[in-house]
Amino acid sequence: MSAMLTVWWKEIRENLRDKRTVFSALIYGPLFGPILFVVLMNTLVGQEMKKAEGPLKVPVIGAEYAPNLIDALKQQGLVPQPPIADPDQAVRNRDTDVVLRIPADYAKAWRNGEPAQVEVIYDASQRESGTPTSRLEGMLKRYSQQQGALRLLARGLSPGIASPVVVSERDQSTPQSRAGMMLSILPYFFVFAVYIGGMYLAIDLTAGERERQSLEPLFANPVARWRILVGKLGAISAYSLASLVLTAVAFSIAGTFLPAEKLGMSFDLGPGFIGQAILLELPLILVFAVLETLVAAFAKSYREAQTYLGLLMIVPILPSMLMSFMPVKPAHWMYAVPLLGQQIGISDLLRGIPVAYGDIGLALVCGFAFAAVLGMVTAVVYRSERLAISA
Amino acid sequence: MIEVQELHKAFGAVKAVDGVTFTARDGEITGLLGPNGAGKTTTLRMLYTLMKPASGKVLVDGIDAAVDPIAVRRRLGVLPDARGLYKRLTARENIEYFARLHGIETQLMHQRREALVDALEMRDILDRRTEGFSQGQRVKTAIARALVHDPRNVILDEPTNGLDVMATRGLRTFMRNLKAEGRCVLFSSHIMQEVAMLCDRIVVIAGGRVVADETPDALRAQTGEANLEDAFVKLIGSEEGLAA
Repeated sequence: MSAMLTVWWKEIRENLRDKRTVFSALIYGPLFGPILFVVLMNTLVGQEMKKAEGPLKVPVIGAEYAPNLIDALKQQGLVPQPPIADPDQAVRNRDTDVVLRIPADYAKAWRNGEPAQVEVIYDASQRESGTPTSRLEGMLKRYSQQQGALRLLARGLSPGIASPVVVSERDQSTPQSRAGMMLSILPYFFVFAVYIGGMYLAIDLTAGERERQSLEPLFANPVARWRILVGKLGAISAYSLASLVLTAVAFSIAGTFLPAEKLGMSFDLGPGFIGQAILLELPLILVFAVLETLVAAFAKSYREAQTYLGLLMIVPILPSMLMSFMPVKPAHWMYAVPLLGQQIGISDLLRGIPVAYGDIGLALVCGFAFAAVLGMVTAVVYRSERLAISA
Repeated sequence: MIEVQELHKAFGAVKAVDGVTFTARDGEITGLLGPNGAGKTTTLRMLYTLMKPASGKVLVDGIDAAVDPIAVRRRLGVLPDARGLYKRLTARENIEYFARLHGIETQLMHQRREALVDALEMRDILDRRTEGFSQGQRVKTAIARALVHDPRNVILDEPTNGLDVMATRGLRTFMRNLKAEGRCVLFSSHIMQEVAMLCDRIVVIAGGRVVADETPDALRAQTGEANLEDAFVKLIGSEEGLAA
């Protein structure tokens, strides 16, 4: 058995006996994303559904001034609630999403044929008030159009003349692409799994070994240091890969628990998706293994390495955040940038858009090239005298 | 045989090793004696190629450590100052890991391991994980894994550090056996009685320099002191850092 394989196998076996490493690489890393995702999506969707389809409960102030209006709104699903004293404060305090106020002069204006005013009180900065508010406004608008048409008919005019332009909306998003929008956070979970899968191993195999004073005896063996490094990187990558595969499988299973039909959306999280997602992430396994080892090699202690790598965990989130705050149009060159390529590639796969083999190839070549450069830097650091010395 | 010629090594402004020359011969035990901070560990680290000397030469069985460090490490068995074991592995697995890194085939590995386990009297701890080992058990395991490739030259950095009387006596017997097998044994210590008892040759280091390189008898004669302890104090120039 060659020295590299010896190191690799020893690290795999030794770390399988470490509960913390196994937990973070094979349980926490892979399952955290899918479980959080399913819970989050179901809660979110459940709430939206309730607001979009259930009876709309809205406190109404001055209902007595417009009994016909209230009756019409009731038919459309409004359930008027007793009036509240201070609607502005109630909305701001999020006691209620939206309040309808009918002024005392409503009836007078109505009788005179003047536009009768009603007030819809809401807070646009409260995200959850959006759906009830637009539903209420829709109801009011329908009632207004209906009454307007009746008035025109009463005067012998066609209601059509009051609507010179009719807007017909045609949404071009496919069910998959709508789901993909909601799933824009999902690629990060894949990256997270790769990162966390190798992290404890990377710390343990360099900073940990030095702290436990076993690096010096190891380097006294007649094996070139780069061979030892390659063996260790291989072990880190193996844990990372295991974490990634488990994540992909977990997501595939989690996909069946998502309320896809309720939303009229569908996502393809089948074997094809799993295979391509893993393929795309492969270079990241190596990039992170090398990067984590490099950082751990600079750290003076296990704790210090843990702190650095915890901070570094923010880096993989960046493309995900970037994509959700300012949606950029995917371009081919983006596949050449590690992390960014994985982000847009997996986003596309989730939307049901196939990723071209050329793009996957580009992501693989550039990712592995980046890992190789980082690897050479790490090998140089590994050769330094102070690496082995613990005291 | 280990030959050291004019070794120099500095850390910043501190000259840790400042012109060390000595030879450790086969079939002899050579003791590197000096107070704490004299440069013993740094000298040894340059011997097993963990550090590169700023200048000077290290030859192990005639092989230049600067030219072929891997061949040098192949001929050395090293118990370094840092002797951390893999605590999630058993003593047996610790030993076999190093054997495999030396590329020893399985059957030979088992033979050597058995021989060392008997010589070090460590059969009872062989299949226990090393977590929670006593200092003595740890040193035994570390020595076994360092010598599993049957090296001609053995370097032990303060091997008796932290051991109780029984473990120390056992280790001394083990070192005498290594010598009897014709090996070159080089060990460092700051305990003069131990050095005096074991060594064929004593190299005294102080302040990064060799202040004496003699047999114990010649040392006594050179300093004119009948007592070795007085001889050492005279050589080093102070009583600081020496333990009786």
